[in-house]
Amino acid sequence: MFDISSFYEAKSVGDAIGALVRDPQAQIISGGTDVLIRVREGKDAGRSLVSIHNLKELKGVELLDNGDIRIGAGTAFTHITNDPLIQRLVPMLGEAVDTVGGPQIRNMGTIGGNICNGATSADSASTLWTLEADLVLEGPDGEHRIPVEKFYTGPGRTVRDRCQVCKYVVIHRDAYEGWYGHYMKYGKRKAMEIATLGCAVRVKLSEDRTRIRDVRLAYGVAGPTPLRCRDAEEILKECRADDQEAAAAFGKMALTQVNPRTSWRASREFRMQLIEELAKRALAAALEKALADTGEPTGDRNPATGGESNA
Amino acid sequence: MKVVGQGMTRVDAWGKVTGEAKYSADLEPRDILHGKVVHSTIANGLVKGFDLEEAKKVPGVVKIITCFDVPEWQFPTAGHPWSAELHHRDICDRRLLNQRVRLYGDDIAAVIAETEVAAAQAARLVRAEYEEYEPAVTVEAAMKEGAVPLHPDIRKDNVIAHSHMTMVRPDFTFEQGLEEARSRYGEEELLVLEETYDTPRISHCHLELPVSWAYVDTNGKVTVTSSTQIPHIVRRCVAQALGLPTGRVRIIKPYIGGGFGNKQDVLYEPLNAFLSMAVGGRPVRLEISREETIYGTRTRHAIEGRTRAVVTRDGRVLARKLEAYANNGAYASHGHAICANCGNVFKGLYQDELGTEVDCYTVYTSSPTAGAMRAYGIPQSVWITECQADDIAAALGMDPLEFRKKNGVKDGYRDPANGITFHSYGLDQCLERGRQAIGWDRKRKAYAGQTGPVRRGVGMAMFMYKTGVYPISLETASARMVLNQDGSLQLCMGATEIGQGADTVFTQMAAETTGIRADRIYIVSTQDTDTTPFDTGAYGSRQTYVSGMACKACGEKLRRRILEYAAYMLNHEGKDLSKTVYKDLVNQAAAQVREALGLSGEEEIREEMLDLADSRILAGKGGRELLDLAVVAEVAFYSRDRSRHITAEVTHQCRSNTFASGCCFVDVEVDMPLGLVTVKEIINVHDSGTLINPETALGQVHGGMSMGLGFGLSEELLVDEKTGRVLNDNLLDYKIPTAMDVPDLKAEFVILEDPTGPYGNKALGEPPAIPVAPAIRNAILHATGVHMNRAPMTAQRLIEKFREQNLI
Repeated sequence: MFDISSFYEAKSVGDAIGALVRDPQAQIISGGTDVLIRVREGKDAGRSLVSIHNLKELKGVELLDNGDIRIGAGTAFTHITNDPLIQRLVPMLGEAVDTVGGPQIRNMGTIGGNICNGATSADSASTLWTLEADLVLEGPDGEHRIPVEKFYTGPGRTVRDRCQVCKYVVIHRDAYEGWYGHYMKYGKRKAMEIATLGCAVRVKLSEDRTRIRDVRLAYGVAGPTPLRCRDAEEILKECRADDQEAAAAFGKMALTQVNPRTSWRASREFRMQLIEELAKRALAAALEKALADTGEPTGDRNPATGGESNA
Repeated sequence: MKVVGQGMTRVDAWGKVTGEAKYSADLEPRDILHGKVVHSTIANGLVKGFDLEEAKKVPGVVKIITCFDVPEWQFPTAGHPWSAELHHRDICDRRLLNQRVRLYGDDIAAVIAETEVAAAQAARLVRAEYEEYEPAVTVEAAMKEGAVPLHPDIRKDNVIAHSHMTMVRPDFTFEQGLEEARSRYGEEELLVLEETYDTPRISHCHLELPVSWAYVDTNGKVTVTSSTQIPHIVRRCVAQALGLPTGRVRIIKPYIGGGFGNKQDVLYEPLNAFLSMAVGGRPVRLEISREETIYGTRTRHAIEGRTRAVVTRDGRVLARKLEAYANNGAYASHGHAICANCGNVFKGLYQDELGTEVDCYTVYTSSPTAGAMRAYGIPQSVWITECQADDIAAALGMDPLEFRKKNGVKDGYRDPANGITFHSYGLDQCLERGRQAIGWDRKRKAYAGQTGPVRRGVGMAMFMYKTGVYPISLETASARMVLNQDGSLQLCMGATEIGQGADTVFTQMAAETTGIRADRIYIVSTQDTDTTPFDTGAYGSRQTYVSGMACKACGEKLRRRILEYAAYMLNHEGKDLSKTVYKDLVNQAAAQVREALGLSGEEEIREEMLDLADSRILAGKGGRELLDLAVVAEVAFYSRDRSRHITAEVTHQCRSNTFASGCCFVDVEVDMPLGLVTVKEIINVHDSGTLINPETALGQVHGGMSMGLGFGLSEELLVDEKTGRVLNDNLLDYKIPTAMDVPDLKAEFVILEDPTGPYGNKALGEPPAIPVAPAIRNAILHATGVHMNRAPMTAQRLIEKFREQNLI
């Protein structure tokens, strides 16, 4: 039994916004994998909940006419991992969200909730940062489109107003086409885990596939919010794909752009070690995927799955 | 043996797999009230008063009980048999609710409400006012000069007990040993080592939380249904806590979802009973949350082992010393028994030429209470002993396995302090089997001299473990067998099924000894102290041994009674049975037996001429079939001339003990820049005597090994040293390995019949958890040359060491 004062099943996004406006104590619940934990702990006990869990308009992955990918904020992790579009065009995101918790949590937890929870450790966040994704929010004053990089304001805090519903995550065509990526979640065990550190790297090769045309590096838990390491990215641009010295410098430079803290969960020094090492390893894995793909470079096809749908 | 030794399917498999098996919470009555404990938010101090106004306003609250409303006397909680000798009794150091707060989260009040939510809401609104003292979370802080004693009524300082043990000579000291070694062998021939090894606090992580419900029955019996390993001990402790005669208390133990020693302690049953009595005997349920379970029930002791050793350059151990400090937390629980156990195995596992000196200290601290956990101090002991052994071998440049073969405990070893003996000894064979299985000789060579960031290593550790607790404590067990009209049997054991498979192996034992088919034996899984014969319960790897003896003795008695009645029937076939439907059958059987055994018509058929096998009466051992047991049973029930209800009941006091032993061999890969240890291969080899059921035995080994992996690599209960608050009181932050983290687990057995075991068996339940962590540690040492002296060997600790030694 959960200590909640009321539970409202919204019929549409507009209906949910209306319910949130009417009740200042209300908060959104989607998959519930974060909200219900806080209710159980007593932190959010006695709150009223507005559920967007069953809103069909917030579910599924769509390829828009302009080539952008639109993911409904209420799409569960399991769905994303198994979605044919995701597997073909951004398998890295499907792999990243497949590292969340365990199967039950991935069946319930949603990508919108993962981002709106505001945690630096969110497994989808660093990948979305490297994808320069946009979030579409709707509130009483209409719709807003916010780059994910501008979304986080601090640990557990985002720009989202209590009455705003996150509707979509949008990945632009130029962010995935020709790119390959790899996410590494480092935890203390292999499942049922929150990242000690998350590292996402995406690469785009030159036409002749010998040089790195562009690269993106983002982390979770390397600071109070997810973050990008642009100076490290600059080092690798136009380097040969097999340049080990550049890769080492990439990892070193990342250290200058992060600010992990010491907590009882992990020391700053330990996280710094992981930040440098994971940058190199995620880069190597991303490059391996890029070089292994002999097909048309239209997406970061995963050699392991051959980019085939298993949905 | 026909049934013992077979991989019979668990008798509770169907019920547990389908979810039909009933556990405590499944059995609660309608309209039950819900209790919720209020915990202190300081670690050391005194409750001065409460503000209950807001809490009382919550709709549905029935009553709030505080530490000012409970009896003033104190009671013990350890799952030990009670002792009629005063100085052997467990320490009585806690009340139902404590005004004197001794840990962060101490029980200071309790709410009774109509719903769980109302109880939780009110519990959050209870305000306590405290007088605060400085918490002493560590052993060091609790033992320092001027530390506030937590139990001044019981001990003048925080040391619960100190025990001093020696080997070879009663007055042996390590210093003397060192001097003697120097004079005998010369300084340059010796190697002296001094190291400290640490083990973590561990949470049991049984799946089913401590849950109980209590009511007062119409006959005045205070009745508690609880998830416990030790119903009969709980009964005595509840009576002590409530100040009731034992007979007024009744404990019922249905199926339980694991205990691992945490439920070998009396947890919240006394408080639950008290809460019911406070509301006129209405049923009250008390379920303890995971968080409360982790910080507020029991833990495995963190033990610091300061060691010394002196060895000859050619690898002979001359003397060792251990100073062990066990952090016992706020309450005594099992008291000094665990740390003393730790000392016993340290002193026995190696045979030091000149002597061994051991000092064990058990210390109260303002932190979670430590109590029993699987293998009772020996995982800690073997961590210390086996880390030290490998460090000695490494310092000598000697193969660690050869070092153990040279110095390790030998066949026939008898602990001079308590007489416990290796009545069967398979350790040397275990070591050989492990050596072969892991490819020891080849890999020790192949992995030598590696460079690069990712390295491989093999390591091993060995152990010994006693079977049950005799003669340190009482060992007694009971069994009852009741024959039904159809020749089937109820088997009623005082010993408890706690998920380990006890019901199945007792069924096999009963089948083996009585001759009744296993599928006609119904074991009564629930223990109810009003009807179940006395047994102290599941702990100490005792039940197959100690309770097995009771089961065997009871089976022999029942079998004699059955055969006695069968003989009566065969002797009286023409008279007493002439009117029954079995007249012809029995006539024929009597003729057959007389013919088979060459008896005349006048000669009496005696019970020893008959046999019972596979539920049939036979003419002598292996002889021809005479009657189905069902016929004997029905006649015995309904005979108008001689009606008998064939039953047997035995209480057996066990006065023997034997060492089990074994080892773990492991092959690891260490990815140094990431601090990752991957277990590539792991095998446990056990010397546990005859296996009653090889399948359930394997299950026990696998479960124990996964616990060992957690102990070695990830599990550690963290307590904030300033506040005494547990930081990781949930299964997200407390890192028990998941199914994904556990590698393929291999197990082998060296099966040597133990002459003292009822069926040649000895301890197996706890041992598998013992050797895994130090084996991994020693494999990491082989791979990297890094000595990890503190468990768990987390990535952060590994990386710190690798950096310190410039490996990364």
